[in-house]
Amino acid sequence: MNLDQLIDQNLRDLVTVSLPGFRVELILCATIVALLFVRMLVPRWSWGPQGVTLAGAVLAAWAAFWPPILPEPAFLFGGVLVQDDFAVYCRALLALFLLLFAVFTWISGIPGLGSATEFYVLSLAALLGMCLMVSANHAVIVVLGLEMASVPGYAMAGLLKHRRESSEAALKFAVFGAGTAGIMLYGISLIGGLLGSVHLPTMASRLAADLPQILAEQPAAAAVMSLGALMFLVGLAFKLSAVPFQFWTPDVFEGAAAEVGAFLSVASKTAALALLLRVTLLFTAPPSATVQAVDAPAVAASAPAVFSTISTPNSLTDSLGTPPATEAVRNFFVALLTVLAALTCTFGNWAAYGQQNLKRLMAYSTIGHAGYLIMPVAAAVALSGPTPEAAKAAVASALFYLVIYLFMNLGAFALTAFVRNTLSSEQIDSCAGLIRYQPLVAVCGTIIFFSLLGLPPLAGFMAKFSIFAALARAELWGLLAIAVFNTVLSLFYYLRVIKVMTLDPVTADSLPRQNLSNGAKLFLLAITVPLIVFGIWWNELFLIAEKAASAVVLPWGAYSGLTTRIGL
Amino acid sequence: MTVVMNPFVVLSLIIFLPAVGAAVVALLPRQSEEQMKLFSLAVMLILLLLVGYLAINPEPARPGSATAWDRGRVQHGFSVGWIEGFGIYYFLGLDGINFPLVMLTALIGVLAMAASWGIREHVRAYCALYLLLHTGMFGVFMALDLFLFYVLWEVVLLPMYFLIGVWGGPRKEYAAIKFFLFTLVGSVLMLVGMLMLYFNSDLRLLNEAQLQACFIDPNILTQAGNQPIHTFNMLALAELGQMPNSPFARELWGQSVQWWVFILFMIGFLIKVPAVPVHTWLPDAHVEAPTPISMILAGVLLKMGGYGLLRLCYPVCPDAAYELAGLVVALGVISMVYGAFAAMAQTDFKRLVAYSSVSHMGYVVLGLGAWSLTAENRFIRDYWAMGINGAMYQMIAHGITSAGMFFLVGVIYERVHHRNLNQFGGLFNRMPVYGTISMIIFFAAMGLPGLCGFIGEFFVVLSAWRYSPVVAVVGASVVILTAGYILWTMWRVYLGAEYRGPHPEDLSPMRRGEVAIAVPLVFLAILLGIYPKALLGFMSPSIRRTVEDLGVWMERVKIPQISGTDQAGEKADTASSAASAVRVSQKEHKMVDRDLQPLTGGVPSVSQRVMCSVSIAPNEHWTAEGSKPANESRFISARLINDFLRIRYSRLRTFGCWEQLQYQHLSATWICGNFTGQKSGAKTEGMGIPYPGSRQSHCGCPPGGDEFANLLVATSCGNSLQRR
Repeated sequence: MNLDQLIDQNLRDLVTVSLPGFRVELILCATIVALLFVRMLVPRWSWGPQGVTLAGAVLAAWAAFWPPILPEPAFLFGGVLVQDDFAVYCRALLALFLLLFAVFTWISGIPGLGSATEFYVLSLAALLGMCLMVSANHAVIVVLGLEMASVPGYAMAGLLKHRRESSEAALKFAVFGAGTAGIMLYGISLIGGLLGSVHLPTMASRLAADLPQILAEQPAAAAVMSLGALMFLVGLAFKLSAVPFQFWTPDVFEGAAAEVGAFLSVASKTAALALLLRVTLLFTAPPSATVQAVDAPAVAASAPAVFSTISTPNSLTDSLGTPPATEAVRNFFVALLTVLAALTCTFGNWAAYGQQNLKRLMAYSTIGHAGYLIMPVAAAVALSGPTPEAAKAAVASALFYLVIYLFMNLGAFALTAFVRNTLSSEQIDSCAGLIRYQPLVAVCGTIIFFSLLGLPPLAGFMAKFSIFAALARAELWGLLAIAVFNTVLSLFYYLRVIKVMTLDPVTADSLPRQNLSNGAKLFLLAITVPLIVFGIWWNELFLIAEKAASAVVLPWGAYSGLTTRIGL
Repeated sequence: MTVVMNPFVVLSLIIFLPAVGAAVVALLPRQSEEQMKLFSLAVMLILLLLVGYLAINPEPARPGSATAWDRGRVQHGFSVGWIEGFGIYYFLGLDGINFPLVMLTALIGVLAMAASWGIREHVRAYCALYLLLHTGMFGVFMALDLFLFYVLWEVVLLPMYFLIGVWGGPRKEYAAIKFFLFTLVGSVLMLVGMLMLYFNSDLRLLNEAQLQACFIDPNILTQAGNQPIHTFNMLALAELGQMPNSPFARELWGQSVQWWVFILFMIGFLIKVPAVPVHTWLPDAHVEAPTPISMILAGVLLKMGGYGLLRLCYPVCPDAAYELAGLVVALGVISMVYGAFAAMAQTDFKRLVAYSSVSHMGYVVLGLGAWSLTAENRFIRDYWAMGINGAMYQMIAHGITSAGMFFLVGVIYERVHHRNLNQFGGLFNRMPVYGTISMIIFFAAMGLPGLCGFIGEFFVVLSAWRYSPVVAVVGASVVILTAGYILWTMWRVYLGAEYRGPHPEDLSPMRRGEVAIAVPLVFLAILLGIYPKALLGFMSPSIRRTVEDLGVWMERVKIPQISGTDQAGEKADTASSAASAVRVSQKEHKMVDRDLQPLTGGVPSVSQRVMCSVSIAPNEHWTAEGSKPANESRFISARLINDFLRIRYSRLRTFGCWEQLQYQHLSATWICGNFTGQKSGAKTEGMGIPYPGSRQSHCGCPPGGDEFANLLVATSCGNSLQRR
């Protein structure tokens, strides 16, 4: 095939497959450009940035929720991105968050006029990176997406320029993030070098097939491989605020504005968890060996033979059988994730107890919830070999938890922001007796915090229950015991906030300075109602999550071994 | 009234009408406090009417039983899919075990709402939370799906926390969070146990009849494929737990799954009951809560624990329950004694009543725990049924008396604003109606015969005697302690010449409204004391059914296990006899075609085992099958059995299982006493029964005629009976 044909094929693929599949991200890019132009052309428009962002968010959400027009799974841009049910689900979640975030920041008034455009550009860019993260199919995209998602966050954390804590938060975040990104890149290079590819499915198949051979040739490869995997997970652990890479979280959340905290705690955790799920399940349940592309889309059919390095692993069984290499990888990941989840959960819940600042408390609560989120990943990996069906339920529980977590955390941070607006303070004690002056806010806050605790019949319990069920199914009893213990532990600090809001009498410090706008109350109510509704009618949502999970647990058998056109 | 309302509508209405009412109250304008209270009271009255309707309108009786409650089955049951992804159903139903508690909840709910008229602050929030509380309580009792049960169990926590924490006494926040913390710990342990049960359950092990009885559509078996079908259905879990090869007998860290589940559930429920040593939340919560909330806490919430024990721990985990009976009984007895002693030491009136609650609920735990197993491993079902009847009766009676006691304490506290027992006295003179009512309620709490508290305590102690006389003696002695503190309290508070405390001028007689609240309690205390059948009519058939099921389990599963491991030298016979013991099912009338071999005489050892399985088929054809151990000889005349049973068969056919057992027992002794059989016409000559170690009685029947009767009397339903 000559250059002309190659270009033709690439163009055709670009126009028919990649760009339509990329439409959500394209809308985000267009919104960024529009924001910059609006700032340049109409600088006096006071609600310009918010309006444009909201319009872009609405369009992006519409595009994300619209049924995908490509058969799934589709490989975009030559296989570096994948669009399957899982990616679609996570991207829809991110788009929904963007919509709610745009409304939230408009109501809460941060960012102010001076930095609104920058703020929204940064947040849209971060979201763009997160969309790349959830559909990553290539290690380079993993790094690219991770960086794109993190770097704007460093700047967003330092948004409140007049506050020393903000600058400190931004610096800590940047240094930490840069360090972990470098480590992650190094880890990828180690594994990629050993396996001969950085295309994720290819790496996975080669790991399953060739690991014994590699170990036979170079006995040190086992250590190198483990080191590489650990380093790779460093980057993800940083994003997920998992112990021992969680040190940035409390300081960043306390220093940055509550809105930024909402963004970081919801969106980046969603993207990081999706990426973690995808990567770990890919490596522990590699694509099937059969490369008969039965229903191959146009991409596969047009893949130029000279550039495609279709791997035909020689010792793989089908997706239900497990070669011993995969078994070893699976045990490694289960052990690692179990320890990670246990430590994260316990640390987050334990350290939250003594907090006086609401945002810092929420930071530790986020760490605790990150621990809960990693648990079903461990369960899914443990189950992915013997019983893929059960692994599907475990992944579905994580995805279901993400939806509920979105509402819970956004609600908690919205509460923090509105309390800051009314009381000009972010200390917990300044919320004393909130129920006297702002009963709706206090009641919504009570529901949100009880949902974070995991009290039936609220949605937070249903999400926790599905995770516990996944753990019980995988028979990870130690982890289940730790999760349960931490639920009780988290009672103390969540209940303290609720108690201060509802039971404590009003003090001089806690008299409101300003009234809360009706929009704020309505928003809080709109965020709280799903927590009650999903507490009762969560069946449909769970089934949707299961459908999304099936894409990543039993990966695309017929399309295995397809590599990027670039031939890496 | 023959209007048959759809059970889905009626039961859901009972559960969710309070929640809807709470939402309505939350939207009422702030100033209309009286209207809010009236509205809430109206909602509670509607609930009481609905429950009353259900009480007098059971499902139509099936032919063969006197009334529908006699069957003891689940009534007004329905099951609707809720979360298909996990096999969770919205499954409600009433039977004799939960319906009395539902009635109690409805009654106490109305009375406590009426007693809430004194609440002046944040009335709207109070009414809304109060109604929400009832959603949880009704739901807990009526739910027959374990997940639904758990969710509604925890729904109770949130309103309770606020009701204690906002409207409570001086240490209300401390009491509220202590209550929340203890209950949450118990709940999460329950959650783990629940998940263990769920993932080990498999509906494919049940046959179609069993699935129908559990309100499960048998068609789900066809859709299963080769994956196990997990379930939260409580009835199905009980069936699975009592199967011979129960899936819950799987090994997990040295013990079976059901052992762990029993422990986890037991801790969770004992925290709620409350039993020593996890009872410490109760005195604080009771003292600091406002009067109506104390009434509900003591009257209804504590019963949730007892109900959970009876509904979940025993039917689903019988093996562990059997092994750990000693632990449960010990905890019950310790609670009884400790609660009584602690009550005696109190100077705060409300705290004394709180500790008396601990003591009384100890009776409940004792009654449930005492599996009446005698030394020879014969399971006497009657005594255990009596124990459970007593435990349940005690729950209802305690609900009435403790709600009454808290209300009365609240009446006096509202007037003089203190509860110091040393500063009362002479209240009988100042408030005669109050004194009279108090006397009746307190005596009922004490367990005076003729009032409601006596029946439960009596049954429990009697059942405990069979289990262990020491335990029964201790239980009976606690009555003395109870009398001690209650009489002493009455002396200090009501008797005497003068009132020695602050605000003597506020001691006005009871108002009409207060009397109206107390009178139903007094009425019930007396009624349930002199006519226990009013309550036992609802409870007994279901309890008997539960006990029968567990008795069958004992015979088919447990006794072979115990005896099998004890007898060293008879492994072969053990195997064959165990096999044939299990084969005959309770419901089937099978014909066994072998006559019992006449066994030649000899002197057998006591440890030999004979198994005799007797079935009676409708066409009066009978056979008996027995197995002859190698070195044992026993001579039992087949003809004797034949004649005896054939004559008695027509009478036996109409009885339930247990009655048959008793009747045959009596009849056999009677036959032995009347060798010539003048009354019965039974031909008994030629019997020649040299029974082991026999002395020649005048009838040639084996001595210890009842032993022989027991031998004969595998029940007519076809059970097999083993004896050593």
